[in-house]
Amino acid sequence: MNITVCIKQVPGTSQVEIDPGTGVLKRDGVASKMNPFDLYALETALRLKQRYGGEITVISMGPPQAQAVIREAFMMGADRGFLLSDRRFGGADVLATSYTLSQGVRAAGAFDLVICGKQTTDGDTAQVGPELAETLGIPHVTNVCAVRGADENALTVTQDMPLHRLTAKIKLPCLITVEKGIFEPRLPSYKLMRATADREVKILTLDDLADKDPAHYGLNGSPTQVKRIFPPEKSDGQERWNGPEPESSERLFRFLADHKFLQKLG
Amino acid sequence: MPHIVIHQEKAADPQALTGLCPFGAIEAVDGKLSINSACRMCRNCIKRGNGVFELAEESAPGVDKSAWRGVAVIAEVEEGAIHPVTFELIGKAKELAAKVKQPVFALLIGSGVSPLAPRLAEYGADEIRVYDQEVFRYFRIEPFTAAAEDFIRKVRPSAILVGGTPAGRSLAPRLAARFRTGLTADCTKLDMSETTDLDQIRPAYGGNIMAHINTPRHRPQFATVRYKIFPIPPKTPNPGARIVREELPQEKCVSGIEVLQAELKERVRGIEDAEVIVAAGRGVRKPEDLAMLQELADLLDGRLAGTRAVVEAGWIDGRCQIGLSGRTVKPKLIITCGVSGAIQFVAGMNGSEKIVAINTDPEAPIFNIAHIGICGDLYKIVPDLIEKIKRAREE
Repeated sequence: MNITVCIKQVPGTSQVEIDPGTGVLKRDGVASKMNPFDLYALETALRLKQRYGGEITVISMGPPQAQAVIREAFMMGADRGFLLSDRRFGGADVLATSYTLSQGVRAAGAFDLVICGKQTTDGDTAQVGPELAETLGIPHVTNVCAVRGADENALTVTQDMPLHRLTAKIKLPCLITVEKGIFEPRLPSYKLMRATADREVKILTLDDLADKDPAHYGLNGSPTQVKRIFPPEKSDGQERWNGPEPESSERLFRFLADHKFLQKLG
Repeated sequence: MPHIVIHQEKAADPQALTGLCPFGAIEAVDGKLSINSACRMCRNCIKRGNGVFELAEESAPGVDKSAWRGVAVIAEVEEGAIHPVTFELIGKAKELAAKVKQPVFALLIGSGVSPLAPRLAEYGADEIRVYDQEVFRYFRIEPFTAAAEDFIRKVRPSAILVGGTPAGRSLAPRLAARFRTGLTADCTKLDMSETTDLDQIRPAYGGNIMAHINTPRHRPQFATVRYKIFPIPPKTPNPGARIVREELPQEKCVSGIEVLQAELKERVRGIEDAEVIVAAGRGVRKPEDLAMLQELADLLDGRLAGTRAVVEAGWIDGRCQIGLSGRTVKPKLIITCGVSGAIQFVAGMNGSEKIVAINTDPEAPIFNIAHIGICGDLYKIVPDLIEKIKRAREE
C-alpha cells in the first residue's frame, strides 16, 4: 500500500509576527517543529507499511527550511519526501493550500491512501484534510482512532464521533485524518538519520505542477482575505484584586455567596 | 477571475470533448456542454478543444453577488435529535439575514428526519429543505456533500453556517472545496455587511490575535461555528415557514464508505453542560494538586476542566479540555486557576457569565477578560476558600 502523509512545519512557540501590511503571518526566523498531530499520521503510515508493505511519501508545503520536517520524517522511516516551495504559494488560505497540496500529491506519484493529522497547532482549523480529499476526488473519513485492517481495495477504520464509534470500510484510494493517540509515535532514529543523510528532498515549484496558473495558488488563489487583525477586546465591569491572599479568598467567598453559588449547600 | 466560455455551436462531438478534462469537469447533457465545479482551471480544454472553449478574463473579478441570496444553516442530527448548535446558528442567521432583508434557509439531511423539520421553523427558519433518505442513515461524506451541493445549487444562499462539530468540520471544507470558495473555521463573531459579505471574526495564528476575514469575490461563503459560541434564540413561531421535501437522485447516493458497525458510546456528562467550572492551567504544579481543585468544583456543584497544557500532560481527560482544540463552555461561573489565558483557551470560555481568574502573574492575559482578576497564589487562595465554604456548610 503506497501512502502519502501530509506534514507541516509549525512555529515552536506561539510568539509569531504578523506582516502589518498584508496581514500575512511571517514565518521566517521563528523556531519551528513538525506539527505534533502529524506525528500520529506518520506513525499510522509506518504501522500500515510494516503490515502491508509499500512506500511512504511525505509531502509538505512551506519555505525551504521546512525541509527539516521532511528530514525528521525520514528519520522515522518515511521513504520519499517532497516540499512544495515557491514564493507564489505564499499567503495561501485553506482552499489554495489544499489545492496546492493536491497538485503536489499528484506530482509525487500514485498513492492508495493519504493520511493527515487531525489539525495543526498554528492554524487549528482541521480543514485542509477534507478539502484535499475533495480536490483529489476521493472519499475521506475524519477522526480516525483505530485502523482495523486493510486489503488491496479497502481500508477498515474506526471513527471517533461524539456519540458513536463507527467502524467503516473505505474504498481505496481515500484520505483519513487521524486522532492523536491512534498510535504512539516513534522517536527519530539515529541510524536512519545516518542512512538518510544524503536522501533527496525533492522541491516542487509551480513549474513542476500540472496546473501552472499562478492565479490558483497563494494569496491570489485564496477566496478568503484577512481584512484586519487586532488584539482581543477586554471585557467590561472588571475588578482586580491585588491584596494578600487571605483577603482575596474572603472576598471570593462572599462573592460566591452573594451570587448564590453556595445555595446548593442547603 | 478568469473563466471558461463554451461555444456550443463549434462542438461537433460534445461527448468526445468531455474526455479533454483531467478532472472530469466537462459534462455533455443532451448534446449541451457544461463545466461543473470540479474544474480546476487547468485550461487543458482551451488548448486542445479546437476553439470550443475560450478563456474569458475579467477585469472586475468576482461573482454576481445579487445571484446569491439568504443565509443558510446546515442542521445536524444526532441520535434522532437536532443538535442545539443548529438552533444557535439559526438565531445568528436570522440576525444576519435581517440586516440585508433576506431569508433564512435550513438544510436537514438524514434518515427519518422529516418530523424534525418543524422544529427548525420554531427558531425562525423561513424555508426548510429536507433530504430524508435511507442513504443518510450514517454520516458518510459523499452522499451528504452531494445533498448539500444539490441544495446550494437550487437555493443559492449567500452565506452558509455549519456547526463546528466533527461532522460539520468534515462537511463544510468538502463543500467549500467543491464550490471553490472560502471557508472560515471556528468563527467567534459574525456580522453581515451591506454587500452581503460576511464579516467573520476568529482567533488566529495561535497567538493573541483576532482576525477579521472576508470572502469578497466568491459565493457562497462558508463559516463554521462551535457549539455554545452563540446563544440559543428564543422560539419565534414562523407559521409561514415552508418545508420542502427534496430527493437526492439515486445515482448521487453513492459512497465508497460502508459502515460496518455503529457503537453507541457511554454517555459522559460533558463540561459543556456544567453551570460551574473550575479550570486548571499550567500554574498547577503537579497532578495530585488537582484534587484540591476537584474538591472546590464539587463544593460548587461544578466540573473540573483544564487547558490544553494540562490535558496534554495527561493530568485530565481530553473531553475536559477547554479551548479551540477542546470544548467551548458557557457556564454561569468559571474559576480559572493558574491559567495564563492564551487566546485558544479564551475562545473556548469567553462567553461565560462570570469569569474569576486566579494567577500570580499580574500581566497574565487572562486578566484582560476576567470579571474578577485575583492576582495571587492559588495554593493559598483555593484551600482557604474550601475551608470557608465547608465551615459555612457546617453552620
